[in-house]
Amino acid sequence: MTQVMHRMNVESGCNERPILKERGQREVFCGLTGIVWLHRKLQDAFFLVVGSRTCAHLIQSAAGVMIFSEPRFATAILQDRDLAGMADCNEELDRVVNELLERRPDISTLFLVGSCPSEVIKLDLATAAERLSLEQKSRVRVLSYSGSGIETTFTQGEDNCLKAMVPELKPLPDNERSLLVVGTLADVVEDQFQRLFNDLGIDKVQFFPPRRATELPSIGKGTKVLLAQPFLGETARALVARGASLLSAPFPFGVEGTSQWFRAAADAWNINNDRVDSVLAMPAARAERALARYREKLAGKRITFLPDSQLEIPLARFLNRECGMQLCEVGMPHLDKTLLSAELELLPEDVLLSEGQHVEKQLDRVRADKPDMTVCGLGLANPLEAEGFTTKWSIELVFTPVHGFEQAADLAELFARPIGRRSRLAV
Amino acid sequence: MQLTLWTYEGPTHVGAMRIATSMQDVHYVLHAPQGDTYADLLFTMIERRNKRPPVTYTTFQARDLGGDTAGLVIKSLQEAYDRFQPKAMLVGESCTAELIQDQPGSLAEGMDIPVPVVPLELPSYSKKENWAASETFYYLVRNLLAAQAKAPVEKNQSAQPKANILGPTALGFRCRDDIEEIKKLLISLGVEINVVAPEGASVADLQRIPEADFNICLYPEIAQTTCKWLERTFKQPMVKTVPIGIGATLDFIREVGEVANLDVSDALDSEQSRMPWYSRSIDSTYLTGKRVFIFADATHALAAARIAKEELGFDVVGLGTYSREFARDVREAAEQYGIKALITDDYLEVERCVAEAEPELVLGTQMERHIAKRLGVPCAVISSPVHVQDFPASYSPQMGFEGANVIFDTWVHPLMMGLEEHLLTMFRDDFEFHDGTAPSHLGSAAELRTDDSAEATTVNTESVVSWAIDAEKELKKIPFFVRGKAKKNTETYAQQQGIQQISVETLYDAKAHFGR
Repeated sequence: MTQVMHRMNVESGCNERPILKERGQREVFCGLTGIVWLHRKLQDAFFLVVGSRTCAHLIQSAAGVMIFSEPRFATAILQDRDLAGMADCNEELDRVVNELLERRPDISTLFLVGSCPSEVIKLDLATAAERLSLEQKSRVRVLSYSGSGIETTFTQGEDNCLKAMVPELKPLPDNERSLLVVGTLADVVEDQFQRLFNDLGIDKVQFFPPRRATELPSIGKGTKVLLAQPFLGETARALVARGASLLSAPFPFGVEGTSQWFRAAADAWNINNDRVDSVLAMPAARAERALARYREKLAGKRITFLPDSQLEIPLARFLNRECGMQLCEVGMPHLDKTLLSAELELLPEDVLLSEGQHVEKQLDRVRADKPDMTVCGLGLANPLEAEGFTTKWSIELVFTPVHGFEQAADLAELFARPIGRRSRLAV
Repeated sequence: MQLTLWTYEGPTHVGAMRIATSMQDVHYVLHAPQGDTYADLLFTMIERRNKRPPVTYTTFQARDLGGDTAGLVIKSLQEAYDRFQPKAMLVGESCTAELIQDQPGSLAEGMDIPVPVVPLELPSYSKKENWAASETFYYLVRNLLAAQAKAPVEKNQSAQPKANILGPTALGFRCRDDIEEIKKLLISLGVEINVVAPEGASVADLQRIPEADFNICLYPEIAQTTCKWLERTFKQPMVKTVPIGIGATLDFIREVGEVANLDVSDALDSEQSRMPWYSRSIDSTYLTGKRVFIFADATHALAAARIAKEELGFDVVGLGTYSREFARDVREAAEQYGIKALITDDYLEVERCVAEAEPELVLGTQMERHIAKRLGVPCAVISSPVHVQDFPASYSPQMGFEGANVIFDTWVHPLMMGLEEHLLTMFRDDFEFHDGTAPSHLGSAAELRTDDSAEATTVNTESVVSWAIDAEKELKKIPFFVRGKAKKNTETYAQQQGIQQISVETLYDAKAHFGR
């Protein structure tokens, strides 16, 4: 009944699939949160948020625990005197940056990260970054991007960060070809992918972001871009603008997604099917075996995704097609139909897709639909559990290695664990 | 601009959220951009609250900025009232909304919301969480008691004195259990509990505050402003002693006796805690003169310093707070201990000071726990900012007599037991018991210490003195856990005496000079 009712508000999308668009309170992180995993990947980079106490508190809370006594991120907190014009923001920023770089001589790249307050007061961080780069000569490269909540949700912060590095990529000679895998991956996953690409016969494979900000990949007409994450639309467009071409594929989650993702690259390199089959057969079969035990637990269970990481559609596709789960509602902050076209084709017709959020109305739908599992942010998980819903906190999906064949079962396990836990507990 | 790595306090609107979340039927509409909803997880994850905080965020985006963000406030207020039917509402803005100046408070006043709506002005770019929690509680109480403030209310007619317990909040350090402990204590003294607020209170409860004879200001950071106003307005005296530790609990009982005109001599005479005996028992001898560094909110820092000195026999070698509003109290206390108070919210400065003081125990927040871990020093957490483990399942108050028991256990357990320390000295030459093996209870972090820290000390002091080979050998015979200190003391002594090379004699001269 509710399914029918909320269908009535649904607008028709351009690829004919109806999408429920909502506006209201959003229970999502802002783009600053990406710093939590970006600073782990780029080990010689430092992220300086130019913002408020709220920004500092958010990153600290999202990082969960204060692990490092001196982390590779910090906040330049704007104060009354900065806003009242008593202090020149640019001079203040120079002072803070110099203080920071003096303390951290190991830093090769500094990102000035814009926030809601810095954008509202129109603090020009791009110009500041250029100025500071010049001042630092070649010792430190200073770049800027926005992670503000008024412009970005959660994973879009990574998109903006990578986009800011695109102009820094060295040109690839026109007669050379390369495969550029884009999106932060765990090192172990990168190594697995590198081996498989090499086995397929693709030699020049580069990863972006790299492990060190000083080891940026090169780019040119011969570059084929293969996205590893579905939230990197801006970065993809910037890479295409530098001459690269974008391969279209489902994302490398689960056996099917990973196989098709590798096949897209193999096709672009004109590698014959037999070779592709023989390279992918073993890891795919191993992943299938590992997945089987979780499929038993997940098959037939109903799941709703609340908007969060933008991974919702690929994950829903994986859980539906490879684990036999039924999809109630798949919500996402923003639907990029170009990047997700290959994914959307694999989704069943009857799933409710929603974009944006009005959290109260969406929770009303969860209560009406009664899914067996709800994927949501940390603010909502315990309250939903207390109401009797089984939840999976979505931030873990961003922090855990879940891409590729060897992690397909790990990904399924993340969803099977809360369900298994419910059935174990007698309290 | 202030360069900040970790913060002790959140922004002001989080302070307001703590008040709203503490209460049963207050709803807070917060004009804020997407992303500020992160604050919900503080309550649902760290504190494991089973309900969402009663907060509606307007969630404006860049595209709204040129348009009608004020309209968004009005819509959110109306929707929140209609859906949640609160008995009172708070309206405020987070840091970004403060810049766009929609003045949600005035917008709310122009609406027809049939419950009290309290506008909050909490400057985000100069103030912080605890100050804002205190202001929010004050605004709310003042607003709800406005009518009663004009017409004096009828006082408690019964013979039994009535008290309000004010200050415990959501995300407060051990507030949940402190409330129970203090209620129990007051009841045993013959005091009736009128209202506990804000934690667990309803709007109707706040309106009953004037019915009490006096107020207990349990957490001054949160309740002092309100208690002072109630004192002025309703002639309700305030009990100021914070009952953390045996001495403070006894003082608290005395103060309640005076304010409520009760005979509390029985309560003062009976030994209701195991802590005094545990502290006197011989195993605790080894606690004598342990160097302790304290950094916390003002209430817990002050209480900890008194307990450390008077009730456990420690030496307080560092005392500080991030609560600037209470800096004067902490400075005065530090003077009594012969040290200079550390008033800062710069985590790195705290770390520097802890390292310099070379304490044997750190009492601090979750941040100091990390500092201590890095330095290989035992640590107990005594204050916010909090972590999920600061909300234990078991009853663990800090206040009252049971609180003193809990404090004895949590501070002493990270240290070595008396007997253990003797064994350490006895076996120090055993081949399996060498410098590289840290006491098991300190975990792997302690292994970073030993000789490395001794080396580091040399570098830090930039000492110009050198060690003769036999003196260095003698130094190695000193148990590793005090070797760093012995080395530093000897070098300081040598410098003072103008000695270029340290001999075995210098080592023992320095030992005689400094004592243990």
